Amino acid sequence: MWSLPSALRDRGILGMNRRNVAYISRYNERRRYPLVDDKLRTKLLAEKFKLATPSLRKVIRYQHEIAAFDEEARTLDGFAIKPAKGAGGKGLLVVKTRRGDLYVKSSGSTVTAQQIQRHLTNILAGLYSLGGSPDVAIVEDLIRPVPLFEDLSYAGVPDIRIIVFKGYPVMAMTRLATRTSNSTANLHKGGVGVGLDIATGRALYAVQHGVRITRHPDTDIPLDTLAIPDWRNLLLLGARGYELTGLGYIGADLVVDRNRGPMLLELNARPGLSIQVANGAGLLPRLRTIERLDPEVTPAAEERVDYAMNVFRAGGRP
Amino acid sequence: MRSRPIFYTVVFSLIAAGLTLAWFRHTHLRIPLWPGERKSVWLIEARVDFFATGGPVLISLDLPADPPGFRQVSEQAASPGYGFAVVEGPGGRRGEWTRRHAEGRQTLYYKVQMIRDRTAGRDEPTGDKPKPQQFVWNEMQRTAAQPLIAQAYERSSTPTSFARELIQQVGASRPDQNASLLLADFPLPTLLMRLLNHANVPARISMGLELEDARRYQPLQAVLEIHDHDRWVTLDPRTGVQGLPENLLLWHRGGQSLLDVVGAGRSDVRFSMIRQTLPAMDLARMQFVDGGLSRLSLYHLPIEEQSMFKLLLLLPVGALVVTFMRIIVGVRTSGTFMPILIAMAFIQTSLVPGLIAFVTIVSLGLMLRGYLSRLNLLLVARISTLIVLVIFLAAMASVVGHELGFRVGLTLTFFPMVIIAWTIERMSILWEEEGSREGMVQGFGSLGVAVLAYACMRIGAVAHWTFNFPEIHLILLAMILLIGQYTGYRLSELRRFDVMTRRR
Repeated sequence: MWSLPSALRDRGILGMNRRNVAYISRYNERRRYPLVDDKLRTKLLAEKFKLATPSLRKVIRYQHEIAAFDEEARTLDGFAIKPAKGAGGKGLLVVKTRRGDLYVKSSGSTVTAQQIQRHLTNILAGLYSLGGSPDVAIVEDLIRPVPLFEDLSYAGVPDIRIIVFKGYPVMAMTRLATRTSNSTANLHKGGVGVGLDIATGRALYAVQHGVRITRHPDTDIPLDTLAIPDWRNLLLLGARGYELTGLGYIGADLVVDRNRGPMLLELNARPGLSIQVANGAGLLPRLRTIERLDPEVTPAAEERVDYAMNVFRAGGRP
Repeated sequence: MRSRPIFYTVVFSLIAAGLTLAWFRHTHLRIPLWPGERKSVWLIEARVDFFATGGPVLISLDLPADPPGFRQVSEQAASPGYGFAVVEGPGGRRGEWTRRHAEGRQTLYYKVQMIRDRTAGRDEPTGDKPKPQQFVWNEMQRTAAQPLIAQAYERSSTPTSFARELIQQVGASRPDQNASLLLADFPLPTLLMRLLNHANVPARISMGLELEDARRYQPLQAVLEIHDHDRWVTLDPRTGVQGLPENLLLWHRGGQSLLDVVGAGRSDVRFSMIRQTLPAMDLARMQFVDGGLSRLSLYHLPIEEQSMFKLLLLLPVGALVVTFMRIIVGVRTSGTFMPILIAMAFIQTSLVPGLIAFVTIVSLGLMLRGYLSRLNLLLVARISTLIVLVIFLAAMASVVGHELGFRVGLTLTFFPMVIIAWTIERMSILWEEEGSREGMVQGFGSLGVAVLAYACMRIGAVAHWTFNFPEIHLILLAMILLIGQYTGYRLSELRRFDVMTRRR
């Protein structure tokens, strides 16, 4: 039930306090936080740096724009509404298609136009934003996942989380929604976490409720043979998040779109620790490997990715 | 991180400063370390009786001035119709009662409270070595005194040992002829004083009061004081024992007479005493010295501000508990410092009624919030509606409670209504988004931390220290800073990552 601190230390597990003190506050400059806390800014910045992100359809800043949105939404096939300053996937509403006057969500349930308006109102009032400050709503194109991913998840698009430390991808996982997780991919709510080999993008390890599994509990797709396509480009995209923001310790959330390939969804300056559970490995040895590198030189993203793919190979030392 | 040594220096100096200041406050302002500490105090009453002759009256009584081994807490004189003043003069401290016309039997009272304190009292400053007094002896007395002095001188080396020898000779159960002869003329203490002075040892008689609980009409006892090595040494004239007995209060030392009476006769002074036990805190308050550290205490504030600060100064304790529970233990709470505010409310309501009131109002609020979410209101309006509803609920509960005979109304008013409204809002969002489990975890986490903070703040010693030793907050600050540097695992993480250590 309980482990000794020494057992966790032996496995190199990064704890919340060490993450906050030794990594986030040391490598992430406070003044750069708004770049990632405001997804709209991240998005615009990513476009400037020519990183692929889901196309921005509309930004709703004021209450009066909400009433007109229903009209505009008719022209869109599917879309995703998210708060610019939402944290932890809060306030995300994905509409796949319309059925008459109703909108069909990714989970299959329907919402009315009024409910969408209420959702937008909540976003603008700051219900999902950090500290409850007023926010804006972003409307994006729907992501069309590659077929592999579409089958994999019970609902929603599985995203890939890569921890990028000083520009080097150090650990990756993908989170899959399950029936019990209520269609969200949060691990503590029963989502499946699949640890990915940095070198190959192949699944290493899959856990649900902290227990190792080999098949998706709902779709029954084997997880141990899973391999993410276009892996190196994904890592590259995540690694470039470092140049984008200047933040040393970030979590990059990526998806692979059927048509557009790897895309950056958002960056997170306070990435969670459950990635360690999904990988069955601690972050600390890998972070220390990067910390030991010469801090004077920052190689190009390609070099960093190649280095990481080489060093953090599954079964490799760190 | 870059300046770890500086950080630890700061933390260390905060702790050191806190401890030093607290210790200083304890020793100098005599604020007790523990609440409820009691000290025994001697209440001594001097009663002066005399017969006035009809004219102006002046009564002057010698008062104890920093007697060794005792500390004066308070004094007062009760004497209707008389003017009273304490006069500090070359002869010591004297209380003077005055009246223009007085006739017949008169009684004056003087009360003083004394605490036994080994360190208190000063040795009388002696400046120059006092000269031995000259006394007139008749021929026979002088002849009798000579051999006594000679013998004692032979058997001693210092003024003190000399005096002791004399006491042994004169005070023996069967004194020799010379001593018996002199004792017929003088009382024992006077004789000893005369003999000593005659032998060139400055000596005097002081008057002490033997303290014994519930004694009435006690006289003062004579104590012999001789001058040896620049200070006055007290000796018991009967036994020769050096030093003062524990329970002897030197009321009257050297100098002038004990009681001077002008315009009256047949005067007498008697003493009564009782031992009281008083809270040490009240005693400390009674004898505050102005200036210095006492300026930095809160007792100078008006009472209402004091009681406000009494509560306010508990907040850092709550903050420390929250910091500890979140960083070391890893409890999830809804709203970082909401538990402190709830704990503060519990202090005013007491725990069980507070808990019942809080849980009731939050669950009722959550139910109402469920209906509110259908109304599609803006966030600010929704919270405002909740505030109104929460206050309405509180009022309802008070009225219903009053009808049933409970006094819940007052309990509810202590809860910060706006905070409760926000708590309800946050809990309901949490419930909708993260599921009931997370809602419960955070709800009970908050409540648990609140109860723990309440328990810590309710410890009598904690309340006593935070208010009476405000510098204790420097130590709290240092502890919070230290916890802020903790990079080890949280207690909850030992469980969270337990699955990772199991397999393989």
